Order: sequence, then C-alpha cells, then structure tokens
Amino acid sequence: MLLLALDTATPAVTVALHDGRDAVAHSTVVDARRHGELLLPAVDRVLTRAGAVVGDLTGIVVGVGPGPYTGLRVGLVTAASLGDALGVPVHGLCTLDGLAYAARDGGLTGPFTVATDARRKEVYWARYDDAGARVTEPAVDRPADIAAQVAGAPAVGAGAALYPEVFPDVRPPAHQDAAALAALAAGKLARGEEFPPALPLYLRRPDAQVPAGYKQVLPK
Amino acid sequence: MADEPLVLGIETSCDETGVGIVRGHTLLADAVASSVEEHARFGGVVPEVASRAHLEAMVPTIRRALKDAGVAASDLDGIAVTAGPGLAGALLVGVSAAKAYAYALGKPLYGVNHLASHICVDQLEHGALPEPTMALLVSGGHSSLLLTTDITSDVRPLGSTIDDAAGEAFDKVARVLGLGFPGGPAVDRYARDGDPKAIRFPRGLTGPRDPVYDFSFSGLKTAVARWVEERRREGADVPIADVAASFQEAVTDVLTRKAIRACKDHGVEHLMIGGGVAANSRLRAMAQRRCADAGIELRVPRPKLCTDNGAMVAALGAEMVARGRSASDWDLPADSSLPVTEPHVPGRTPATAPGHHH
Repeated sequence: MLLLALDTATPAVTVALHDGRDAVAHSTVVDARRHGELLLPAVDRVLTRAGAVVGDLTGIVVGVGPGPYTGLRVGLVTAASLGDALGVPVHGLCTLDGLAYAARDGGLTGPFTVATDARRKEVYWARYDDAGARVTEPAVDRPADIAAQVAGAPAVGAGAALYPEVFPDVRPPAHQDAAALAALAAGKLARGEEFPPALPLYLRRPDAQVPAGYKQVLPK
Repeated sequence: MADEPLVLGIETSCDETGVGIVRGHTLLADAVASSVEEHARFGGVVPEVASRAHLEAMVPTIRRALKDAGVAASDLDGIAVTAGPGLAGALLVGVSAAKAYAYALGKPLYGVNHLASHICVDQLEHGALPEPTMALLVSGGHSSLLLTTDITSDVRPLGSTIDDAAGEAFDKVARVLGLGFPGGPAVDRYARDGDPKAIRFPRGLTGPRDPVYDFSFSGLKTAVARWVEERRREGADVPIADVAASFQEAVTDVLTRKAIRACKDHGVEHLMIGGGVAANSRLRAMAQRRCADAGIELRVPRPKLCTDNGAMVAALGAEMVARGRSASDWDLPADSSLPVTEPHVPGRTPATAPGHHH
C-alpha cells in the first residue's frame, strides 16, 4: 500500500507518503499565503524522494480542518481530484487529530487540548483524553471564552501559543505534519475503522450581509 | 479531426463551476453548475459562498463533462484552467483541481486568461478566429475593447470601463426597479415591452474630448435611479418597461458605437462580442445592424457560450496545444488580477516544464 496524506488547514502545507509500516517521505513548508502554489510541487517532491510515481498510490487521506477556508479548500479539492483521476479512495481526518497524534507520539501523556489559529482572535480547538481520543467536537471560539474548559491541561499547536494567558503550558508540535496524519490513517485502515467524509469543517458561516434595502440617490 | 487536440477546461473565476471539453474547434461537452441562486438574496456574488460551491461541484462537474463528451480522461491532450482574472478564492479551487487531474493523468497543464477565453470560445461557434479580430467583452466584471492578432500570444487592450462594468450597471438598475438578481436577463425581458426612446438617458464618455475606447456606466446608473426616484416622489407610476428599454438602449448604443469605431480606426473587419452581457438581445440586434451598415462581420456565440463556462477555457487550451505554447508549472498561482495581455501563464523553463516530460 502507498498512502498519500496532505493537509492545508493550517499555515503548514504538509504532504507525506506512508507504505503501511512507515512514513517513507514527507515535506512541510509553513507559508500561510501560498498553499495553492506549494501543494502540488510538494506532492511531486515526496513521490520522487520515495522513488514512486503517482500511479502507485492506493489511497489518499486529507485533513478536513477546521481551518481558514481558502487554504483548507486547496487540500480538499486536490485530494478529491487526485482520488477521482486515479480511482483510489479519499479519506478525511480531522486536522486537530493529526496534531494530537503527533503530540502523543512525541511523548505527551495525560489529557490535553489542541488549538490552531482561526484568525479574528479565535482558535479552532478540541480536547483529548489521556488515551489520545478526542472528547469534544472541533469548535471555534475566543480563547477567553473557553479558558475554564482548557485549564489545567497542556495545549498543543501554534494557535495555543498565541494566547499564553489561556494556554500557559504549550507543548510541541507547533505545526501539522502529514506524516502523523498518514500514520493515524494507516492505523485506522489496518483496524478497518471508518473515516469521516472528506468534506470541509468550516465551523463558520460565510461573511455576507443581506443588503438592508435600496439605497436612495436623491437627497431625502 | 482526430488529431486535433482534445482538451478539458475548468472555469471557476466567479459563481459558475464550468467544465468543458473540446476537440480543436469542436464542442464536445459544456457542463456548468451555478451557485447564482445562493447569491440572489445578497444582491450580488458573495465570494465565500461561490468558493464553497466550487469545491462541492468540482469533481461531479468534471465527471459529467467526461460522460457528456463520451471520452476517457486518459485520452485528453491537456487540461486548461482559468488562472485569472477573477475572485482569488474561487479561482484557487479550479486551479488546484486542474493541477491534480493533470498531474494524476500525466497531462500538460495550461493556466489561461479568462478574458482571452471569452474571445476564443467563438472558435467553437464560427470556426477559426480571424486574425486580427476586435473583441468587445462585456460582463458583470469586465467591459473591454481588445484587439487580437493571435489569441494565444497577442491581446492588446484598447479601452475598458473606468468605473462600473456593463453587467454591473444592469444589476444595479434591476435593483432600482426591484427586478431581482442577476439583473441582465430581467432588464432584457422587461425592455421588450418598452419604448427605448421614452427617456433619453446619458451616453457616458461620448463627448468630443472623452477617451475614444473607454466606457463609463456609473453616471448612467445614477441617472436612472434619479429619474425613477423622482417619479416615485411625485407619486407617479414608474413605467418599468420604458425605463428598462431606455437604459438598455443607452448601454448598447455606447458599446456598439465604440466597438465599431475601434474596428474602423484599426482597419479590422471582424468584431466578436463575448461575456455575459453579450447574451442581451438588444445588444445582439443593434450590433448586427450597425456592423452590417459598416461592412464589418459580426461574430457572437450563442448565449450559453457567452456567459462563464468551461468550454471557453478548453477552446483556448486547445489553441495553446495546437500552436505549441509551453505548459504551465505545477506551482501555477491563481492570479486575481492576471493582465489581459497574458493569454496564458507559461512555465519558467519550457524545456523541462512538468507538463512536458510525461
């Protein structure tokens, strides 16, 4: 098996290949404004490093967010298009779960929170128990509003590091790594577990105001 | 016929997810998923709503186009996509999808210009584009006069709107008259029962010292609003059909007059009209008559090819392949302000462009 994992829901444009046992190649570039330009060259790069071609892929896993919309969509539409063109399955995984997996892989124990930057002074976040299982639905909130819920446990992710008054104990990693997402997915596949659909977790409605009414031209 | 390039084109610059497939100048499929109804209550296109709809519609629309055309993705000679200009977030969905399909299928990628595509689409209707051709592009986002001698490499802007696009003026006047969004089709429908000479609305930038090829529709829109509000203030009925017809007459009069002037000044014998406003029945009729009088051959594609669609992108992509233009790189950006003078975005190193070593 050769699984391609990618995630563009955070400032990291991250891609990895997993052969069922190990991540055989990965690439992470942190640049919040160039997801669209960086992603496909990164896919090409990891395949080349692994001595593989795109036709060798047996499946794709993509981080479905939550994350800022424009970047998030780059990963989702790329995964869906690759999957359709190659005729291989596309699996979704919560981006926060990838960060949680990497944190525990790095030695974090006990319950913790994952938080990524949602901009507009908010974070995307979820809480995990001491077995690494997510115990809340992903949400978007102002840090001050969730202070009581996240108090007393360490936090993971660059979003947490932005608000030290709410997240005083921040642990690595700061950024998403698709190698963790791939390893998480490979484990789920091996155990025959279900994946969430590869659809975006926006968590916010589009900003748009219905116009209040017709604006007069003549002075009143 | 069979050796003409088979190209799939993707268009997501505004609110239509378009996927077209052409073989040379022959249209094989033109699949469009529109989010226009989701924008109607906002009175205009909401970029985030459009981008979300593109993501949902992308793969299903590509599948539908391949099915309609009866071709396999593996038979394609290339994949073309609108790289700009347009809404940045919306463009990015199409560009990302095009890259992934091209990469997975081992096909060259062509990032092309939305405006040049609106011109090139006429090859699907009337055959090879005459060289040179004068193009009048009129839509909700653009109003331009363009002269092209080779649609893959030479598009020269002669003039454009200095304020509102023509289609924008239709939307705003429709709002004044309470006709809903989008305004173009509604104004056209009401105008059929109205008198185009009932009200003499201003013709923007037609004075002796005004720029010859530029347009202005903002003053016209305000003049219409003022006229309607005055009637309402007097308690009089607003003759909607007459207002619609008179407004439409003012727009089409200026557009056709300047387009024909541009043809005459540059010795060009062919005028093409494209963009969503080219679907307007009065513009088509007036252009037909004035071109006939001036000895200019008019080419206007059928309305479905004038509004945004993927076939126009495929048409320009096929021309890029036919003329041996170099493919785009895998880091092709979505460029919301791609200049009209760049019909496509070639790779930096043509000999080793990723599209070429498959």
